[in-house]
Amino acid sequence: MDIECSRLLPSVCAVLVDPKQFVADDTCLEKLLDWFKTVTEAESSLLVLQENPCLTELLFHVVKLQDVNSNILSFTLRLAGIFAAHENSFQYLQQGEVLLSLFSEAGPLSRPAWEDPSVRSGWIQGVGSMVQHERAVQFLCDCGAIDVIFSLQGDPSLFVASTASQLLVHILGFTMHSRRAVPLTTQDCDWPVCARMIVGHIEESLRSGTVPQITQALNVLTTLFGRCHESWTEVLWMRMNPFVGSLLEKEPLLAAHSLVDLFLSMARSPVFSHLECDLWILSTRALNRLSPTQSGPLALGILNLKDCPQTLRTKAFNILLQPLACVLQAASQPTGSPGLLDESLNDSVITDILLSSKSSCAGLLCQTLAHLEELQPMSHLLIDWPHVPLLSAVMTILRFCSGLATPASSVGDRLCGILIGCFRVQRSALDFLGTLSQGPSPSELIRGVVEILLVYLKSPDSSPTVLKKAFQATLKWLLSLSKTSTSSDLCPQTQHFLRDLFPILQKRLCSPCWEVRDSALEFLTQLTKHWGGRAGFRQALLSSEVPELAEDLLRDPESYVRASAVTAMGQLSSRGLCSNPIGTGSKNDEKKSLFLELLEILSTDSEGFPRRAVIQVFTEWLREGHTDVSKDKEQFVTKVLQVVSCDLDWEVRVQGLELALVFLVQTLGQHETECPYAVEMSSVTQSTQLTESLQMLCHMKLFDFIFSALCDCDRPVARKSCDILLYLKAKLAHHGSLQGSGEACTESLGTQNTAWLETTLRKWKARDQGQPSEVADRGDCQEPDDVLEVLRSVDLEGLRGTLAKSSDHIEKSPQSLLQDMLATVGILEENEADCY
Amino acid sequence: MKLYSLSGHPTLPCNVLKFKSTTIMLDCGLDMTSTLNFLPLPLVQSPRLSNLPGWALKDGNTFLDKTELIDLSTVDVILISNYHCMMALPYITEHTGFTGTVYATEPTVQIGRLLMEELVNFIERVPKAQSASLWKNKEVQRLLPAPLKDAVEVSTWRRCYTMQEVNSALSKIQLVGYSQKIELFGAVQVTPLSSGYALGSSNWIIQSHYEKVSYVSGSSLLTTHPQPMDQTSLKNSDVLILTGLTQIPTANPDGMVGEFCSNLALTVRNGGNVLIPCYPSGVIYDLLECLYQYIDSAGLSNVPFYFISPVANSSLEFAQIFAEWLCHNKQTKVYLPEPPFPHAELIQTNKLKHYPSIHGDFSNEFKQPCVVFTGHPSLRFGDVVHFMELWGKSSLNTVIFTEPDFSYLDALAPYQPLAMKCIYCPIDTRLNFIQVSKLLKEVQPLHVVCPEQYTQPPPAQAHRMDLVIDCQPPAMSYRRAEVLALPFKRRYEKIEIMPELADSLVPLEIKPGISLATVSAVLHTKDNKHVLQSPPRPIQPPASKKRKRVSDDIPDCKLLKPLLSGSIPVDQFVQTLEKHGFSDVKVEDTAKGHIVLLQEAETLIQIEEDSTHIICDNDEMLRVRLRDLVLKFLQKF
Repeated sequence: MDIECSRLLPSVCAVLVDPKQFVADDTCLEKLLDWFKTVTEAESSLLVLQENPCLTELLFHVVKLQDVNSNILSFTLRLAGIFAAHENSFQYLQQGEVLLSLFSEAGPLSRPAWEDPSVRSGWIQGVGSMVQHERAVQFLCDCGAIDVIFSLQGDPSLFVASTASQLLVHILGFTMHSRRAVPLTTQDCDWPVCARMIVGHIEESLRSGTVPQITQALNVLTTLFGRCHESWTEVLWMRMNPFVGSLLEKEPLLAAHSLVDLFLSMARSPVFSHLECDLWILSTRALNRLSPTQSGPLALGILNLKDCPQTLRTKAFNILLQPLACVLQAASQPTGSPGLLDESLNDSVITDILLSSKSSCAGLLCQTLAHLEELQPMSHLLIDWPHVPLLSAVMTILRFCSGLATPASSVGDRLCGILIGCFRVQRSALDFLGTLSQGPSPSELIRGVVEILLVYLKSPDSSPTVLKKAFQATLKWLLSLSKTSTSSDLCPQTQHFLRDLFPILQKRLCSPCWEVRDSALEFLTQLTKHWGGRAGFRQALLSSEVPELAEDLLRDPESYVRASAVTAMGQLSSRGLCSNPIGTGSKNDEKKSLFLELLEILSTDSEGFPRRAVIQVFTEWLREGHTDVSKDKEQFVTKVLQVVSCDLDWEVRVQGLELALVFLVQTLGQHETECPYAVEMSSVTQSTQLTESLQMLCHMKLFDFIFSALCDCDRPVARKSCDILLYLKAKLAHHGSLQGSGEACTESLGTQNTAWLETTLRKWKARDQGQPSEVADRGDCQEPDDVLEVLRSVDLEGLRGTLAKSSDHIEKSPQSLLQDMLATVGILEENEADCY
Repeated sequence: MKLYSLSGHPTLPCNVLKFKSTTIMLDCGLDMTSTLNFLPLPLVQSPRLSNLPGWALKDGNTFLDKTELIDLSTVDVILISNYHCMMALPYITEHTGFTGTVYATEPTVQIGRLLMEELVNFIERVPKAQSASLWKNKEVQRLLPAPLKDAVEVSTWRRCYTMQEVNSALSKIQLVGYSQKIELFGAVQVTPLSSGYALGSSNWIIQSHYEKVSYVSGSSLLTTHPQPMDQTSLKNSDVLILTGLTQIPTANPDGMVGEFCSNLALTVRNGGNVLIPCYPSGVIYDLLECLYQYIDSAGLSNVPFYFISPVANSSLEFAQIFAEWLCHNKQTKVYLPEPPFPHAELIQTNKLKHYPSIHGDFSNEFKQPCVVFTGHPSLRFGDVVHFMELWGKSSLNTVIFTEPDFSYLDALAPYQPLAMKCIYCPIDTRLNFIQVSKLLKEVQPLHVVCPEQYTQPPPAQAHRMDLVIDCQPPAMSYRRAEVLALPFKRRYEKIEIMPELADSLVPLEIKPGISLATVSAVLHTKDNKHVLQSPPRPIQPPASKKRKRVSDDIPDCKLLKPLLSGSIPVDQFVQTLEKHGFSDVKVEDTAKGHIVLLQEAETLIQIEEDSTHIICDNDEMLRVRLRDLVLKFLQKF
């Protein structure tokens, strides 16, 4: 600890124990604890205590104070824990019996402050920090702290309860870890006292028959098996196995979710993952016993495991398929199509859940669909992933939800009544339908998929979120259809689909609901991105009103829609699908060019999203060499950057720099290192070209923009600018341009900071505006030499390092923290005075 | 209590409730779907229509769909729930000998008047040279082409009423406010409650001291312009009569408004005109409000909106002045002060223009492409006929149906072949079946009564079991011309006791919380109110002997037998019998109680819940002894 901190510490401690002075900002206390933690890890904690007696006094004082602030009490408990983590400090504190008065039953437990959850949490954290050595464990056992932890497991505050459970895991893990040399049996006598207490408590809880206690015990075991993969955990499991097993026999099944968590946590532990483990037997039993909604997560977890018995996997997969099989059966699908499950389905439990209420039906179906969606990417690993029946099942659900189905069975009728208009199920089903586009589907089913998607896209009753999902699923299916077609253009089926789709898209683009307009635009953007080059698509799009409607949405009242319209129009224009050429100088045209329209949004739109979208579109146009932009790149970039430089949104400015970088790379070429096989040009030609390019860039005032960005108050902007300049520097250094001129500058090479740069920029600006200044005689315009001078003078690497650090790195020292704490106390008093 | 159903149309109900000696008519809607059997009445001579072969331009076209189920002159009061459900009022008040009172809220009356005025105007401004009625003869009707020959009870179809009849009918209405309690002959109390469907629309509570009937007709839980529905007051009803649910249960109004706006925008963008056949009040206010928000985003700011109706101006202005009947948001605007509906701003900025008819100013200012709101939604009369003729030939134009009352295909039939696009976006904000089941769960009536259409899925969607009223016990249904006995018995009547009489009572507590007292009084009944008054003082015994004898005969003075209460515990009774020397006592259980047999004495004591009989042969002594033993177990007062 440095001297300055040692000097400030007593005053801070005095503030903390003074009940009249209140530390308003409790993050200070957290920071202080963090600092003490680093201090005690770096140097001897005992020495810190001895050299700063104010700390021990603080602990003593707080123990004695009756009406201490609960934040301070919590802080003190945690502070004591941090010091007691080291054995010698522990002993030092023990001598004064501070620890006893803080952590034993005679301590804060008996005070009113204990009612405050932050104090209980502080107590637990203090104990947790302390348990780093045997003495601490012994101390806790002796002073009755373990029993307190047991009771805190059922604390009304969930934070406290959960930390208490984790603390038990920590203590048990630590105790057993330190005894690992001794071979262990299930016999009680082999276990250390503390571990015996904890294990006994867990066993008792599992036997108790009350849900909260069983849940607590199972949670401790779950956390333990999840964190600790040592061999003793297997012995522990041998002790627990009968209790957990008997839980599975109970009627009704208690704490089912916690059981699932436990099995999954164990299954992921290498200790239990061998195929002979009895865990698999228990899991199979659990799958049989749990209700369908409870068994779903277990089944999914099992299927996600790398190694587990095949029979269990099959069982788990069947569990997941059951609700959908039930739906298929209810819809009385023609028996010609393969069923989902081989065995005839006779599970009335699932039917009961599906028919009992709307919420339970939707809950089970949504969960099942989400689980299967998660499994789909691994479908190749599952031996028989029933792609086709799954597709029929999800289509059936979608038909039920839209009221299209005419089921023949009474179960189907009732299911239909429950599901009609259920948005939750519609969303999940559409998600899953989209996922199922990845897989071989017979053409008659594809026809069905197209039909159902069109129904959802068309239906006025589709809510905006359902519609968004329908658009996403449609996109996935369209793309998968085009993948399967062998010719370069779209297959007739897709063409047909598109013909139906565009009128719907047109209508959706006119919707009074902005979310709908927005998702329609997003869909259009994506589709154009993938298919912009395909003749069939181009024809269908151009024969519709979609491009004009999208263009009109550039003036939408909702900023998100404007942003999406900008992106869509950018994409359409790149693919030559825009009726309106973007020609940069078409002011005389009857209709405003798209470029001017977007530029106007960039300069005048009051919202950030559309402006960000515009600058992204411009960057994209430049990057991919949009034909209209390529005609006069310089003018394009100059105009855009002129607008961007005044933008208040830092994201727009960063994107503007990206545009500048793209232009620079296109003008000066890639980093040399990036392409070692590029054909080298003669150095003379290169340097001539380089000088010309620099001249042009100066003329465009590109460097003005980049340099002012370097001084930007928003760090990301400055960082981006710094990166560009470093690229430029590397580029110029490669050609030797940087050494060429001005020996006078070499002395200050790489030492100037941004303040210098700002002054320089101001000078340039003054010069440009023709105002008299010191350097006015040097010329009218910014010269390449000026740029080179800056590149030489500013310490860009250093600047990049500084900018990479977080903004508070200067103020983050412990010293400033202590000063801050002292200062805020003063300010608080002043403020109070002001109030009166 | 009986319910007479006079209408087969669930959203245009007309029921008569007989309850506690009052006869209450609940609504009198006018089913105008039969107009669809006629050709349109064009505003200007239409060569196409007049040159049609056969049965062209025949008869008047307003109809009354009622049967002689009940003598309407006996109806005491008519309760109106909303302006759509009062369109048949002149037929009832003016032609049936009706002498009662009609109750309705002020907006209902004012807007109802506008609707009637519009209807009369539409019909009267195109007078017909001749009228035919002979075809209504069954023999002739049989020979007519379908669907006319299949139309039922054409003889009940009537000519449209006149403005004079309308005025006379409306003069019989007494205005009421929400939650106002109206006494009907002292027998029942009726109260209108906000139903959330239209300006001034109401549900009605009809209650006596011990019975409560709720009449729910045309209610909405959506947030539109009217005051929200009052659900809590409907709780604890014995019977809830439920009519006027949405006519299009599968169409969600929000989705339909979206569909309406997008189709409107797409048509106008392409230079086409949009025609919206509608009523002059109701959903049109909400549509104008949606368009007010939508036109800027859709770039429609320069497209004129025309509202053409003889009552357009009054309708738009009325909406703005009924502030107290509007939803909370709109009410607060009035205090700012701002007009509650944004159509005021549309009018101010000349985006919305209204005209009484297509003649006059409109023809000078008419610009295309445009959007026209006009009536009548049946497309058989009103200015809409002209626009259908004018725009029907171009595929650029669109007609958007928003009113759900008429089948749009039938409405369009006389205009076929039609190039114009037709969009069907029925917007019906009334309760759907999901909302109904929530409402019923909330208010929990003992019995629900509804038209039979609500107890089975619509014929076109027979598998949609969700489109029925789902409640426990199942709803009782009625159909047209049916009389339904409502399933509750009146058990109690409230009787007041005069204070001096009450003072004289001496209650005796027979069970904790239950006290009884006997009372002798005179029951006085007037105006369905019952009062117990002290009996007239016995006349002082006069001196003469003759008189005295007469007064002896006054039954009042006879000593009253005490009233008995309580039950006889058989075991204890048997023990008592044995204590008093009766041996050989046998007890038999019967369905109603017990029989105690005294075999020796050949006597039988039959103990039942409300009677005890001692049957013994001619041994009066024994009977009295036994009677006294029985009486020991009972309380007397």
